This record gives sequence, structure tokens and C-alpha cells, in this order.
Amino acid sequence: MSEGLSAWQLIASGDAALISIVRLSLTITLAAVAVAAVVGLPLGALLALTRFPGRSALVVLINGFMGLPPVVVGLTVYLLLSRSGPLGEFGLLFTPAAMVIAQALLVLPIIAALTRQTIEDLWREYRDELTAMGVGPTGRVATLLWDSRFSLITALLAGFGRAAAEVGTVMIVGGNIEGFTRTMTTTIALETSKGDLPLAMGLGAVLIGLILAINAAAWGLRLWSEQRVA
Amino acid sequence: MDLPVLNRRLFTAIALILTFLASSGALASAQEQSIVVASTTSTRDSGLFDHILPLFTTKSGIEVRVVAQGTGQALDAGRRGDADVVFVHARAQEEEFVQQGFGVRRFDVMYNDFVLIGPRSDPAGIKGSPDIAVALTSIQSKKAAFVSRGDKSGTHFAELGLWKAAGVDIAAVRGPWYKEIGQGMGAALNTASAMDAYVLSDRATWLAFKNRGGLEIVVEGDKRLFNQYGVMLVNPARHPSVKAEPGQRFIDWLISPEGQQAIGEYNIDGQQLFFPNAKQKRS
Repeated sequence: MSEGLSAWQLIASGDAALISIVRLSLTITLAAVAVAAVVGLPLGALLALTRFPGRSALVVLINGFMGLPPVVVGLTVYLLLSRSGPLGEFGLLFTPAAMVIAQALLVLPIIAALTRQTIEDLWREYRDELTAMGVGPTGRVATLLWDSRFSLITALLAGFGRAAAEVGTVMIVGGNIEGFTRTMTTTIALETSKGDLPLAMGLGAVLIGLILAINAAAWGLRLWSEQRVA
Repeated sequence: MDLPVLNRRLFTAIALILTFLASSGALASAQEQSIVVASTTSTRDSGLFDHILPLFTTKSGIEVRVVAQGTGQALDAGRRGDADVVFVHARAQEEEFVQQGFGVRRFDVMYNDFVLIGPRSDPAGIKGSPDIAVALTSIQSKKAAFVSRGDKSGTHFAELGLWKAAGVDIAAVRGPWYKEIGQGMGAALNTASAMDAYVLSDRATWLAFKNRGGLEIVVEGDKRLFNQYGVMLVNPARHPSVKAEPGQRFIDWLISPEGQQAIGEYNIDGQQLFFPNAKQKRS
């Protein structure tokens, strides 16, 4: 990125490096949220509907993991994916795939925990009806997930927010390689370390703007589909 | 209850993710001609890599992915096999790295120098001193605020060596005035700028640094402030995943007349940052 330019000028001029950074940030974050959703939504629903020994411990564990320290997740994934680690042969360290894996691990507990709470509340309302209709476990999970989809969007957005704002894990497992694994947050950290605080601040504002835009889009989608349902 | 819809969407989502992961994996394997270089923050933050890497990539077709860390961390990435080439500045640690069989061979590439940065008010009264040892002794005796990298980087090792040269046992005499922050050069300069503290920096990062506040160079030119950079291929005998051929080509280019010229040409506002000094033979 050229010197002496503000973040706004970079955006207005369609700076190629900045655009590719923004695109990578969004791709990685959305992929991580998607992976976490595919696992976390059914997991949360199952946890809400089933009773088994150790369930309370698992619920507490998942709730607690909403606060997983990103740097610990980053370090763990680093050690797993390192060439000297158990998954080293895949050569994933310092690639975007490693960043998706790490962020998915961070986001998964948030989505699973919020889904469990949402589904558990809805289950109280639906229990008699679904039982009377003789719906099986898979059908119950699917029905409850579908009927609480508007609330679950908030769970996904919470996960998205965490992944988009995160810098520690992606820095460790991605390596902040220019043009390959450099995201918005690692760029901001880098510009701060170079002492270019105005550019760092400007990029921060851009990132916040993006997060707000995505949330606005999700809100709009929700209003639109609620109207359609009604 | 739109169950089929839900299932279809879930299925689409899974398919999309698998495609993404597969393609990013395919991407990694399709680009055989890329290497990972573990290097230091000084070579990146100074802008040197932005200047020389495109020249190498154009010529060779090899993409160079730089992971910039402290020297200790970069050597560690090499030890783990997570980098193909290590390009750092702490000679003793580099030679140990090669001796232990983690690196194939070490080559001198270039040098620059360290400078002692301090506040304009100069509470230790050392501005313009030609002797870094005297300056550090004065900082210690006056307990003037000093920021240490504390991150096992090349600059941190150099700082510890300079305290030793000054006859100061820093581990024994350190107090609240000695602030070990465990972060990179930029963070150390930002901290020093905010606290009006002294800090040792490589000249290149200092020249490229923008948030100087009231800081300026207080000591420079002592020959003990010499800062040599070396480059090593990670040993493929230890880590078969190392891309030895393109990695060695990068090293050969760095120490070739062409690479050396590119390094020497790089400057900020006319000031040369790194001075090529490859010997082109075993060091």
C-alpha cells in the first residue's frame, strides 16, 4: 500500500491490495462461520433436546468456550498444523485454510451455545405438539432449527462478529503473508507496528463499516423474510 | 415446516464449504513454485521485501511468502519445518541452527546498523556519544526509562550483548525503568514514543517508522552496533517437505550480483537502508 495515503483514499481509488485484503477477510470469516454453523446448529439443537449423563458439564463447557482465548486457539491450531505436528503432512500452516479452521473453532462454541438456548426455549412451546405428531429426533431438530431461524441469525451474526474482529489466531496460523494470508485485522496490526496510526485507524473504520453493512444486510433479510412468512 | 428447504440449504452450505476447502488445498499444491521465508520484522517493515521480491519473482516465477517474526521465532519456524528459508540477523543463533542440522548452510547477505533512540529531552545526557557502552551505563545509572524488545529477536539479542559489553548485568540491576514488552520493533518504538523512553532499534525500521513523537537518534556509529543478516535453507534431510530447489534459488539470487544490487538500491528518501556484503562462498 502506497505511503501517505489515507484509508479513504485507498478505498476511493480502489487500491488493488486493499480490495484483495477485504475480499480475503470476508471469504475466510464467512467460510469459518459456515463451517461452524454446519456443526454448531445441529450440535446445539441436539444438546437442547437430549438428556444424558454429563450433559450439564458439556453445556457449561460449550458456554465457557464462548470465551476461548483466541491466542490459545491459534497456538493449538499452529502446533497441530505445523510440519512437526500431527497434521503437518497436509501443509496447511500459513494458508487461508488454516485460518478458516482456527476461526471456525473460535466461532463454533458461540453458535452451539446460542443455538442450544434458543432451541431449548422453543422446545418448551413445541414439545406437546411434536410429541403428539410422533415426530422423530431428526425431524424435531430440523423443525426447531427451521422455526427459530430468525433468532438463529443472531447467533450466526455473533459468530461472524467474533471472527471478523479477531486478529490473534489468524496472525499466528496465517502468518500475515502479503497477498496471501493478510486480512483487515492483521493489516491494522501491521500498520500500527509501522507507526502509521492514521492509516491503521482508517482501516479500522473501514472494517467496522463492513461489519455494520453485513449486519444491516442480515437485518434486512430478516425483515423481508418475516414479511413473506406473514 | 419446510424441511426439504432446510435440508437443501444445509446441503448447499456443506457443499460450498467443501469446495472452498478443497480449492484452497488445491491452490496450495498447484503453486509448487512458492516458498515460505521466515524473516524478521525489520526486513518487512522497512519495505525491503516490497522492493526486492517482485524482482526475484519476475525473474524466477517463484512466489515468496514472507512470515515476519522475531529472529528467535523465525528460527523456530525453521526448526519445525514450517519455513523453507530463514532470513534473520543473529549470527550466533544462526550458526547454532546450522550446527544442529536444522539449516543447510549460512550465507551473509547484507548488514545495516542499530541505533539508540531516545527522547529529545535526553534525561541520561548521552546524545551524540560515540560509545554505546558508556551511553547504556549512563541510562542504567540514571534509571532513565528504557524499552526492551524482550522477544528473543535479533535486536533483543543484540541489546543483551550491548549491556554485557557495557559491563551491566541487566538481569541483576533491572528495575521499573527497564520495560521488557515482549513485542516487535514497531510496538517497542510506539511504546518508547509514548513514554519518552530509550530503545535500541535497527536503522531500517527506525527510518520507515512514522509515529516518532519526540524521539530521535541519540547514539549511532559505534562499530559494536553492526547488524549482520544471514540466510539459510532449512535442511530437507530433516524436513522432506522443504522446497529445497526453489528455496536455494532464492538464496542464490540474494547473494548474486543482481540480488545484491537490488538490496543496495533500496532507500527511503535517498538514505540507503541495507548494505549488501555477500561473500558468495561458505561462511
